[in-house]
Order: sequence, then structure tokens, then C-alpha cells
Amino acid sequence: MTDATPKIVEPTIFDLSSPGRTGVTFPNPDVPRSELPASLLRADLPLPELAEVDVVRHYMHLSKFNYSVDGGYYPLGSCTMKYNPKINEDTCRLPGFLYTHPLQPIETVQGNLALMYQLQEWLKEISGFSAVTLQPAAGAHGEFTGALIMRAYHKSRGDAKRMKMLIPDSAHGTNPASAGMLGLKIVQIPSDARGNVDLKALKEQCDDTVFGMMLTNPNTVGMFDEHIEDVIKIIHDCGGLMYADGANLNALLGIVRPGDIGFDLMHFNLHKTFAVPHGGGGPGSGPVGVAAHLADFLPEPLVGILEEGDDETPPLFGFVKPAKSIGRMKAFHGHFGGGMVRAYTYITMHGPEGLKDVSQYAVLNANYLQARLRSTYHVPFDRICMHEFVVEGQFAGSDVRALDIAKRLMDYNFHPPTNYFPLIVHEALMIEPTETENKDTLDAFADALIKIAEEAKTKPELLHNAPSTTLFGRMDEVKAARDLVLCCWLPEDY
Amino acid sequence: MNAPSNLKYTKSDEWFDPSSGAMGLSDYAQSQLSDIVFVEILVDVGDTVEAGNPIASVESVKASAETYASATGKVVAVNKALSEKPETLNSDPYGAGWMVKVEGGAVSDAMDSAAYGKYCEGRSH
Repeated sequence: MTDATPKIVEPTIFDLSSPGRTGVTFPNPDVPRSELPASLLRADLPLPELAEVDVVRHYMHLSKFNYSVDGGYYPLGSCTMKYNPKINEDTCRLPGFLYTHPLQPIETVQGNLALMYQLQEWLKEISGFSAVTLQPAAGAHGEFTGALIMRAYHKSRGDAKRMKMLIPDSAHGTNPASAGMLGLKIVQIPSDARGNVDLKALKEQCDDTVFGMMLTNPNTVGMFDEHIEDVIKIIHDCGGLMYADGANLNALLGIVRPGDIGFDLMHFNLHKTFAVPHGGGGPGSGPVGVAAHLADFLPEPLVGILEEGDDETPPLFGFVKPAKSIGRMKAFHGHFGGGMVRAYTYITMHGPEGLKDVSQYAVLNANYLQARLRSTYHVPFDRICMHEFVVEGQFAGSDVRALDIAKRLMDYNFHPPTNYFPLIVHEALMIEPTETENKDTLDAFADALIKIAEEAKTKPELLHNAPSTTLFGRMDEVKAARDLVLCCWLPEDY
Repeated sequence: MNAPSNLKYTKSDEWFDPSSGAMGLSDYAQSQLSDIVFVEILVDVGDTVEAGNPIASVESVKASAETYASATGKVVAVNKALSEKPETLNSDPYGAGWMVKVEGGAVSDAMDSAAYGKYCEGRSH
């Protein structure tokens, strides 16, 4: 069924180990030695023993097997990996940012605080909200923070019976998970044939137990909800709050401000919209913006101005506590270097017009690709899309599936797009080109997908057996998921 | 598509056997999910399940999904073997792949096999 035979073999680092080889010379300690407790000592530690040069070559070999966004095109877009300008990497390593500690006296970190304050202000301006917290660690943490703010708001009005969170079936899976963390009852709202929230189904759920609604707009099929103002009005009319999942804000910069159209609060994904690297598990950054009536509930502390400045003296920045704060959401102040400095750099480099360009190019690129693929792949929600669109990876009378198409793309040296998400599309292939790709790249990618569709009819085995040009062939995902081997040795062996 | 005529079906792709009180995931659902790699039954013997509430969590290589009770009733048996062999849901969804048995099971809003067959056809393009 699978051919996972490597064409080039790189042994594991354990296989390369030889007793007695060493690559480390520990420096002399500059603090007094202290002995480890005897109970923590052991004679045998199964770590590989290699010289430095062997370690370097081993990892250099492995790194050459990687497919990276610096080496090729990723149609996974901002959702997983987009190309981020390298200058962000320089700025976040500036010593003044790199070597500060969150517990330093505020007088010694005024530059950091000024950056955080300015970032809060910019995010307010971009989103149309009144106040912003930078604390949440990433998107889902932002959602949870937002849900806590919503609860605090309802409680402050003595409105405790609201326990129903409405979430469309096109939502990110984190939305129901975050609301579920608060013990809320999740009610799924179906989409209509054009990819909008089904207004009739929404109205049926609206009563005085509605806590709020979590809506991603544009949603996961890349559609801007055509009735967004009606949706917001329906929720507000029954006393609920309207939460925007800002995951797809990169389609709206400088064009629509969620605060202006009636959303009560929203999280930003600095790691999706403002060019903070996103692959490999983070660090993310999920600031939350709120309208004026929710500002008092924000987590503490926010960065504020403690003493106004004048022409001669800059203001004194410090920490302030919102009046009815829900408390801290993180031990310190959020992901400063990893998220905030990079996002600040990205916003500074682009400016207002440049950010608008980002969104317009992202939307243009997605629509161009959709137009090129429309006659080859079925597009279930076929209208002008935003920054991404979804096609079906299946053809009538063929047993080729989305997974086969995704794997075959690797033979054309493209990273596969997101597949099998969103769940409301059969055999989904979700394509997000992002703003950074030029027409040549987009054309090459579209050509490959069109060629693969031909192959699906004429030589389907090429797809079923793909990839064939990569170091490893098709992995056995079923075996990997069923026969879990999570550790190379078991603790009880020692 | 396989949908035995002695069973009732829900819009969320569960089946219910009125004679034995057994319930599980339909053949259509298992084929859409493809290879199922994880099953966790969320209820125990003695619990009361309500139609539409989750009884199991199912994961395949493509997606994870909740399975909802297809009828309301008191749980009298739980198929513990499923979590050891989740692939049973693929190979025998209406037999060894049963999830939970209830007594006094009451269904509301369920389809017969003909209606369910049409419902599934309408969803696959």
C-alpha cells in the first residue's frame, strides 16, 4: 500500500552515536558548584555521543530534506505559513528588545512600553475598536479571553441566564472549543448555499439565552458574509454580543473595520495578519480589541500613559488596570519579541496604504487562482472570494481524492494546500495564495493543478502512488495514528 | 450506500435499531470519514442519553467528529471493544461497530432507510 523506502538514508542521531565521542566542553562555572540530590543522579543516560562536526552535518543533511517557505511556494497561506519579511527577524533581535526582562522597572524599558502602546493604538485604528489588550498568547487564547470578557459583561448587567454560544458550521474548530472552556452550550448554525450564515436558522435560535455569536468574516470558505449587518442586528436584538474571529483579517485591512459594522469584540492573529512566523508551533500572538462598552473588562495590565509628555519630554509609559478587569490572562505581558516587535515592524514598514495593498493583493491573487481553476475543479461556493477559496478535490466517476491531489502536488515541487478543512466541503482543498506571490508563481501552481486533474482521468495511479519524487513516498497515516510509538524507550526500562 | 431497512437514521448520520436499542454511526458517515483511528465512548452504563447529545468522539485521518445519540433512553450497554479496534467502525458499522445500547429508546425526527438514502445522495455532488 505504501512505499516509504528512503532514497537517501540519513541515520538517526542515535545510530550515529559512538561511546566516548564528545562535542561539548563545559565552561568553568562562574557560580559556586552545588551537588544534585543523589535521587536525581543516574549512571546511564541514553543520549547520543558525537563530535560537533558530526552533529552539524547530521542536521544540515536533514535540513536539506525540508520544504520551506524560503525555498518554495506554500498555498497554505496565512493560516499556516506565509512568507514574512526578513526585516522582522532583525528588529526582534535588537539588543534593546532581546535583553530586557518583564520584571524590570518601567523607567528602564520605556522603549518596549512605547512600542506596545503604539501597537495597541494601531490595532484600535485598524479594527475600529476602543481598546486593545496584547496579552493573549495566540488566537484561541484570544477567543477564550474574549469569551471571558463577554461573560463579565453579561454578569455586570445581572444577566446570568445567557449560556448559548452560536457558531456557524464554517467556523474554525477553536471557536466551539474556546466557548466550551467556559461551559457554554454550543449551537451550530448552518451555512446557506452562498456560504453565508443561514439567517432563518439563526433567527430560530435567537432568544434571551443567547450569550453571543462567534463569527469569522470572511469565513473559512473565503466568503464575506453578504448579510453581515443583518446577522449582527439579529444577535444584538436578542441581547447577545457579537464576537469576530479575526483569523482572516488579512483580507480586510484598510477596507472594512469590524468595530464599525457592529462587532463588539475581536481577536487579532498577529501571526497571520501581521507577518509573525506561524509554523512550528509558534509563538503566536492573539490581542483582543473591544468596543467602548466592554473596555472596562479587559485583562490587566494594559500599557498606558502614566504622565503626559510635552515637546521636551516623552510621556512616561507604564501599566494601567481597567476598572472591572477580568484579571490576568498570562504571567507577563504577552509575546513581546516573538509577536509584538515583528507586528510593529510590519505595520511600520507598510503604513496605512501598504496594509490596504496587502489585503487587495491577497484577494486579487485568490480570485485569479479561483478563476483559473474554476472550469477544472468544482467550486462549491462560486462567487467573488476574499483571500482564500475552497475547491472539491474529487471528480465524477473517479476514485481520486483530495489527499491524492495534495500528494501529487509534491511531485510538482509545491507544498500541498490545506485539505479536508473546512468540513462543510466534500474533499476540501483550501487554497490561500497570500499577497506575496507573483503571477508567474500563481500560474505555475494553477498549471500543476490542471495537469493533475488530467492525470486523475488518464493515469490515476500517478496520484494514488504520489509522491514519487520526494525522499519518502506516501506515508501510512492510518498506521501512524493507530500504532502510536511516542517514545524510543519506556521510562520503566530505567 | 448501505442503509439497512430495519434501522432509523438521523440527519447527523447516526442509526438506531428500535428492536435492540443499539445505536452507532452510519455507513455513509464512516465512508466520508475514511480510516477511523480513534473512538471514545463518552457515556457509561446507567447514564441517560438524550437524542442529539454527544455519545462518542470519533477521529479519522481526515477529521474528528462527534457522534450524537440517535434516541433518548437509559444506557444498558457500551461497546468497550471499539476503542481497542476503531477500524471496526469502517468494516462493520451496523454490526460489531455498534456504540451504545439503550432501553426504552424513543426517537424523534428520524428517517427510514429510503429517506436517509436520498438525504445522503443529495449531499454528495
